Amino acid sequence: MRTTRRTFLQATLATAAAAHLPSALHAQQGQPIRRTIPSTREELPAVGLGTWITFNVGEDAALRDECAAVIAAFFEAGGRMIDSSPMYGSSQPVVGYGLQKIGRPAALFSAEKVWTSSASAGPAQIEQSRRFWGVPKFDLLQVHNLLTWKPHLQTLFQMKATGAVRYVGITTSEGRRHDLLEQIMRSEPIDFVQFSYNVVDREAEARLLPLAAERGIAVIVNRPFRQGALTERLKREKLPEWATETGASSWAQLLLKFILAHPAVTVTIPATTRADHVRENLAAATGPLPDTAMRQRISAHVKAL
Amino acid sequence: MSEWWTYRPEDFLLFSPRVYWRLFEAHNAALWPLHVVTLTAGLAIILLLAGRPKISMRWIAPVLAILWIFVGWSFLWNRYSTINWAAVYIAPAFFVEGVLLLVAFLYDALAFEKRRAADWIGYLILGFALAGQPLLAPLQGRGWASSEVFGIAPDPTVMATLGVLLITRGKFLPWLLLVPVLWCLLSGMTLQTMGEPQAWALHGVLALAAAGIWTIIRQHGTPPT
Repeated sequence: MRTTRRTFLQATLATAAAAHLPSALHAQQGQPIRRTIPSTREELPAVGLGTWITFNVGEDAALRDECAAVIAAFFEAGGRMIDSSPMYGSSQPVVGYGLQKIGRPAALFSAEKVWTSSASAGPAQIEQSRRFWGVPKFDLLQVHNLLTWKPHLQTLFQMKATGAVRYVGITTSEGRRHDLLEQIMRSEPIDFVQFSYNVVDREAEARLLPLAAERGIAVIVNRPFRQGALTERLKREKLPEWATETGASSWAQLLLKFILAHPAVTVTIPATTRADHVRENLAAATGPLPDTAMRQRISAHVKAL
Repeated sequence: MSEWWTYRPEDFLLFSPRVYWRLFEAHNAALWPLHVVTLTAGLAIILLLAGRPKISMRWIAPVLAILWIFVGWSFLWNRYSTINWAAVYIAPAFFVEGVLLLVAFLYDALAFEKRRAADWIGYLILGFALAGQPLLAPLQGRGWASSEVFGIAPDPTVMATLGVLLITRGKFLPWLLLVPVLWCLLSGMTLQTMGEPQAWALHGVLALAAAGIWTIIRQHGTPPT
């Protein structure tokens, strides 16, 4: 189906309605807003936890405990989705350590990836990842960066058919290969798609986000802070007075609210090494979200700085 | 890797500077007081090079060989690989360099007898590797705990070897220079991507080594042998 402005607006409004009804309810309870996974109508808190770089701490016992504290704070604040990859060094065993330490919370929504150029090596890698996490099975498995995507997707669809995984997805980052991603979104029955989207990298608004809404694919947004570069740059700047209208009390919250206000976004996965930051990130998913005019204002303001 | 031209060095950086430097803290704590032994070996190499007693000079190569294999195994294979999966592919290169140095020793293929105009560059790099590199951690506010010491950490071990090779002669030399030069490029790029000023130490050593090699080529009309 060709996406026109009308079909996009219809899809957007439908998703927005679905997304914002529960958000008001959860906002009242101080819990992060929830978004619906279109393929099952299961709800997820709209802020998850990324592990790229931040959880790659090797065997360092003190830093492993810091990561465990981040995971603990994440669940206490109402989070569910943790996302990792075999590419992320020691992040997988560190996630497993943290989950073990806090007693394996039932709320966990585990999102992993398969990342190998060998199609036949995929199942063994997934099994290794599962052992690192210490989970009976993953909720979501994604093909990382579209690497050897055809055979890996077939593996994941077979796993889904046998109940070895609940959802299947595909990922990219930093605006790479959006054409191929779009093609896969149109042709494959995936549940999730993951790509980069933030206040300055808005290419996804043109095609990927409307297509995800149209096709009923849940969207995971990575690099919401451009791997910390945005928050690092903005920490020298004063948060504008008008930002308080969105309920944001920091730049990080304003940047996250900008992303979450797009109705096609299901979850964004900021990564952090600090428990206070993870609480701050989840708090961004409470209270009001910026409307279209406010989103434009945020984007223009950040770009002008 | 698809669309490789769209990747930047920071896309391959898997860890934060904090985690990287804490790796050296843990490595130093685990191996102390072995540093005394490796630094003594380094000083012995300098004294041998300065005095040039013909018989003892041969033993520089096996000492360096042991240290390359040890650093490759203890740091790259066992420790660095916990945060950088690429390290398991780099560690064998340290083993290869160690083997090449042992082969050079067995064939008595490295000569130190004649002095060259470019020797001072080798001494400068060797001196920096032993005495300068360990100071960079405290000078940058990280304290002594994460200092990089010759024979314990890769950068000073590689730099010192580069310094020694610029002072030696022998047909193995072009082969022996390859891994140290590649490591300096890789480590310098990693530190640069991390935003660490001490990347310039590696860039500087590489530039000095290039100047040394260029001087030798100009004098002899061939690559250093």
